[in-house]
Amino acid sequence: MSSQTPIPALDEASKRELEGFLEQEQAKAKLQASIHELTNTCWNTCITGSISSKFSKGEAACLENCVDRFLDSSLYIVRQIEAQKQQL
Amino acid sequence: MSSIFGSGSSSSSSSDMTARKDQMKQQISQELAIANAQQLINKINENCFAKCITKPSTSLTSSQESCLSQCMTLYMAAFDQVSRSYVARITKERGTAGLGL
Repeated sequence: MSSQTPIPALDEASKRELEGFLEQEQAKAKLQASIHELTNTCWNTCITGSISSKFSKGEAACLENCVDRFLDSSLYIVRQIEAQKQQL
Repeated sequence: MSSIFGSGSSSSSSSDMTARKDQMKQQISQELAIANAQQLINKINENCFAKCITKPSTSLTSSQESCLSQCMTLYMAAFDQVSRSYVARITKERGTAGLGL
C-alpha cells in the first residue's frame, strides 16, 4: 500500500481524452473479434478439401463471397423477424 | 485556497501528464495488438489441427508439418480476405444506414 509509485494526476481534459481513446480501442477490439469469428466461419464453410499450397478456385471464390453473404443473411433474418412481428 | 497546498507539491507538470497519458495509450494499444495476435494463433491452431492432424500419433510426421505450415499461410490469407471484405462492407453500410457493429 505504501510503496505505490506516485502517479501524476490527470486533469479533466486528459481524462476525457483517455476515455475517448479507450472507447476507440474497444470498438477496434470488437471489430477484431468479429473478424476472427467470421474467418473461422468462412474457413469452415469454404475450405472443405485437403490443404495444399494454395486455395482451389472454388475455395477462393467462396471466401470472397462469404462475408457479404453472411451479412446479407443476417439482414434478411432480421427483416423476416420484423415482418413476422408485424403480423401479430 | 486548498489548491496551493493540495496539488502544487507533487510535480505533475503538464509535460509529465502528457508523458503519462501517452504511455497509457501506448500500453493499451500494445495489449490489444497482443490479444489480437494470440486470438489469431489460437484459431490457426484450432483449425489447422483439425485439417492436418486427423490421427494423432506419437509424433508429428513431416507431411503433417508441411500441412500445418501451408495451412498457417492459407488461414492468414483467409483472415486477410475476410478483414478486407468486412471493412469494405461496413464502410458501405455506414454510408447508407446506421452501423450495427
